[in-house]
Formats: sequence, C-alpha cells, structure tokens
Amino acid sequence: MADMVHTAHSPALVHQFETKEQQHDAGSLGMWVFLATEIMFFGGVFMSYIVYRALHLEAFIQGSHFLDVTFGATNTAVLICSSLTMALAINAAQTGKSKSTIITFLGLTMLLGAAFLFIKFAFEWTHDWTEGLVPGLHFTYSGPHAPGVELFFCFYFFMTGLHALHMVIGLGILATLTVMAYRGRFNSDYYAPLEVSGLYWHFVDIVWIFLFPLLYLIGGRYGGGH
Amino acid sequence: MSEHIVPVKNYVAVFLSLLFLTGLTTKVAFIDLGQTAIGKTHVIDWNTVAALVIAVVKMLLVVLFFMHVKYSPGLTRLVIAAGFFWLAIMIALTLSDELARGWTGTPQPWSLLLPIFHPYL
Repeated sequence: MADMVHTAHSPALVHQFETKEQQHDAGSLGMWVFLATEIMFFGGVFMSYIVYRALHLEAFIQGSHFLDVTFGATNTAVLICSSLTMALAINAAQTGKSKSTIITFLGLTMLLGAAFLFIKFAFEWTHDWTEGLVPGLHFTYSGPHAPGVELFFCFYFFMTGLHALHMVIGLGILATLTVMAYRGRFNSDYYAPLEVSGLYWHFVDIVWIFLFPLLYLIGGRYGGGH
Repeated sequence: MSEHIVPVKNYVAVFLSLLFLTGLTTKVAFIDLGQTAIGKTHVIDWNTVAALVIAVVKMLLVVLFFMHVKYSPGLTRLVIAAGFFWLAIMIALTLSDELARGWTGTPQPWSLLLPIFHPYL
C-alpha cells in the first residue's frame, strides 16, 4: 500500500507529504514561523524607537526634518514595484510560463532592490555624511536638542541599516533563484523556493512600509518642516 | 484552496492601491490634522495616527494578496496572528510602564505616615 502511494506521486512531491497542497502549506508555514521571529526581531527595534521618541519628542521631530521625504517616498514606491515583480515571477512559474519570463521578473526585482539600495547609500547616507549627521563618526549638528537629534540618527542608521542588510540578503536569495530558474528547476508543479523567497521579500517591503512614516513623515512636516 | 493562483490583474490592482496609499500618506503628512489632549501629559497626534493607519492598511494589502494569506490555511494564519500578538504584548506591556510613569505621586517615606496613626500608637 505504502509502495503504491510512493510510486504514484509526481516527482515534485517529496515522499513525506500526502499531497502537493500539504507540501505547499508546510513550506509556507515554515517560512511564516521564521517571519514571526523576524517580526519580533524588528519589533524590538520599533519598540525602542517608540519609547525614545516619547521621551525625546521635540528632538525626534527636529531630526526627522533633516530627512528628505522625496527620497523616502521614492524608495517606498521602488520597493512596492519590486514586490509586484516578485509576485509576478511566482505567478509566471505557477501558470507554467517559460523560464525566460520567470528570469525577467526575478531580474526586474533584483534591479529594483538594487535601485532602492543605491538611493539609500548614494543619495541619502552620503548626504547625511556631508551634513554631519552620522553619530559617532561625523556628527556636527549643535542646534537645539542636539543630544536627542543624535539619538534619532542612531535609530535612523540602525533601523535603515538593518533593513538594508535584509535587502542585501534578499538580493543574494534572488540571485540564487535566478540561477535555479536558468537551470529550469521551476515549473507549474514545483516553485516552492520562489514562493517562500517571495514571502521574505514582501516581509522586507512591509518593514519599510512602517519605517517610511516612522522616520520620515510623523512629527510635524506641515508648517515648520523644511 | 492553498495553491490558489491569484490573477495578474488582482496583483496590479493591489500594486496601484499601494502606490496610491504611499502618495496619500506623503500628502497627509504635510497637512496639520491637529492634536487632542488626553489628561495633562499626553496628546493624540492625528498626523501620527493617520500615517500609522495607512501603513497598517498597506501591510494588510501586502500580507493578504502578495503573500497569499487570503488563501492560506488556518494554521498559517494562526502562526501569523501569534507573531503579531506577541509583538502587541511586548509593546503594550512596555508602554504600560513607560507612559504610566508619573501617574501616581512620588512614594513618601513611612515616617511621614506616622502622624496619621499617632493617636493610636
């Protein structure tokens, strides 16, 4: 009986699972368990940000005004585009499109991810450095609430840095997926690596969806903001 | 259906909604929505509320459609809910300490209470 089940299944189904649905659900569940730990990982940083923002509200508002909303909003749009192309890469595999379609969407996702990092490093962080807003290395701001503003920038660099690190890891995963797609590993029967990597990529997008308002937007952009 | 295939037009609709909400949250940040005082020490800043509500809506769109949770089985949803529930515990318990400091008076030495009990001592 067991032998019959074993010989009957498709090559994409590993033998410990009854059905393809069960295998798919188990894979997603495992990835979500990992993402739950990521929620707590980033959650700790968000938690500290909330507490220190409440303690140094004026300084955090002052610090927020040094950031350029245009770059923040542009990068949000870039990441949302990359989430769409990621979803379309998975969709292409699910619907049995050619491997060149999958590779194109993965390539676009990597390109957009790289564009995000380029805007972050080449424009924003470089600008912060020349303005003297990098705590510990090059911090020259001495206006009102200077110690609190320095604390804000500690959070800014730690949070965006941690997020950027996740983006770099994501680009590595996407590069691996591209090689796998090139070797013809994915089809409408088997695309689990694309699916779970997509979950990771979208999660990193969600982190930025919260970082953007918390760092760039809240705190009186109207009126006094520059 | 766990391996539900989301049509491309749904992805595009979610994508356009996300772009719209990004534009909206950016625009709203430059409009003064005012503040409401709670007690003597705290205020609700409606700009902050608006920014966070829009962020949560965007997150739900990504989670439900891009991450396929709308079509996920109950067990997966339970794990996700647990993740956010634990985050809520961390935030709620930490803030119940941080924000409630100063709500009660400074504790006084026991000696100051002595006159109250004096007639009975």
